[in-house]
Amino acid sequence: MIAALRKEFLLQWRTRAQAVAVFVFGATSLLLFSFAIGPNSAALRQHAAGFLWLGLLLSSTLTLSESFHAEMENRALEGLLLLPVSPRVLYYGKALANTIQLMLLGIALVPVMVVLYDAGTTRIPTVLLIIVLGTAGISAPGTLYSAMTSQARAKQTLLPLLLFPLIVPVLLASVKATSFAILGDPMEQGSRWMALLIAFNGIYWSLCGLLFDRVVED
Amino acid sequence: MAANPRFPKLPHALMTLGVICLLVGSYLGLFVAPPEHYMGEVQRIMYVHVPTAWNWMLSVLFAFGAAMAFLFTSDFKWDARLEAGLEVGALLGFLLCCQGAIWAKPTWGVWWDWDPRLTSTAVLLCSFAGILALRRFVDDPPKRAVLCSVATIIAAVDLPIVYFSVRWWNSLHQMQSSPATVSSQFHLPLRLNAFGILFLMSGFIAMRSRIASQRLSEELAPPPQEFAEELA
Repeated sequence: MIAALRKEFLLQWRTRAQAVAVFVFGATSLLLFSFAIGPNSAALRQHAAGFLWLGLLLSSTLTLSESFHAEMENRALEGLLLLPVSPRVLYYGKALANTIQLMLLGIALVPVMVVLYDAGTTRIPTVLLIIVLGTAGISAPGTLYSAMTSQARAKQTLLPLLLFPLIVPVLLASVKATSFAILGDPMEQGSRWMALLIAFNGIYWSLCGLLFDRVVED
Repeated sequence: MAANPRFPKLPHALMTLGVICLLVGSYLGLFVAPPEHYMGEVQRIMYVHVPTAWNWMLSVLFAFGAAMAFLFTSDFKWDARLEAGLEVGALLGFLLCCQGAIWAKPTWGVWWDWDPRLTSTAVLLCSFAGILALRRFVDDPPKRAVLCSVATIIAAVDLPIVYFSVRWWNSLHQMQSSPATVSSQFHLPLRLNAFGILFLMSGFIAMRSRIASQRLSEELAPPPQEFAEELA
């Protein structure tokens, strides 16, 4: 497991230009979203959380679709599957690495959101927790779907097509919870949405781990 | 596999029965049943909308069951059934969204409202469309069957989560209609149409899975003799 994680980080470190490019893509999309609303700072602040998560979601498809790229080259996946470990370990290693990568991206995009949309918040730990839960919720099915679409043609189109409908609850819950953190939460509703995120993560981290064996078997 | 089906005429019989039920049920619903007290004539769309909704849920369950069955048995007849269930489920989901929009416009004044049922139907429709696209883009039949089964299971598990999350988010839809919640004068056309769509749907699924398994048996068959020699 640790070795699988180490392998992922090594790969990511070697392709760090990719991570920077994804961050620039996310920041650019945040900039673009504000043109859809116009220079109305109250409205922008209102929608800041939604834009942050949409930006993160769009960037995540770039990260996730690259995620099995190295394994598919030179049939490296077959070599990995020959190792005396369960394919599940590979899945969890990769999903964890994707979560951490997306989490860092999310944390990096928060200042951009604060500056562009005037959406400052004092509840930094809450926002951090939401980013961890939300990106974990994207990564668990995202990694599995990435493994699936990497075996198909037209993978760049298929991944978002399959992933976006699936993570509607994650998007909804993350946006709501982040919104409450930014705009204030007098009714304490944010925790309910976080509970939904935790439940989604629990379901999909276990289900996708179970199904991964079948996806990569020959 | 499907070369010699036990009941070759079954899909046609089911479809004919379905069309008859739908014709009679719709006639009763459109011309015989009295208009509803509050919503008037608009309510008549209920005679197709509610049966479509019930049958859509059945088709989703069917697809989920076929996906599970394939993963456990690796029998390709379940893959053919999955393909049929996915397509019929996508068709019914699309019809359901259209009928819902037609109903919503005069009743609530908007084409689309973000009600949990409407939204989760649309989300699942997108998932099914995605899985059908996935089927087209994987050429190897065993791989395709596994990937589609996995994707179907994941999408079906998502349905209740989407439903509850959207329900927390917003709600406007009226309670589900069932024969118990509507007056007895509306029962007959509602039930007839429900069975009509059920028969039609089963006929479609039977026909479609037969076509799919014929294609599968062609795909899985060993290459013809002269081709095999060329390969060797």
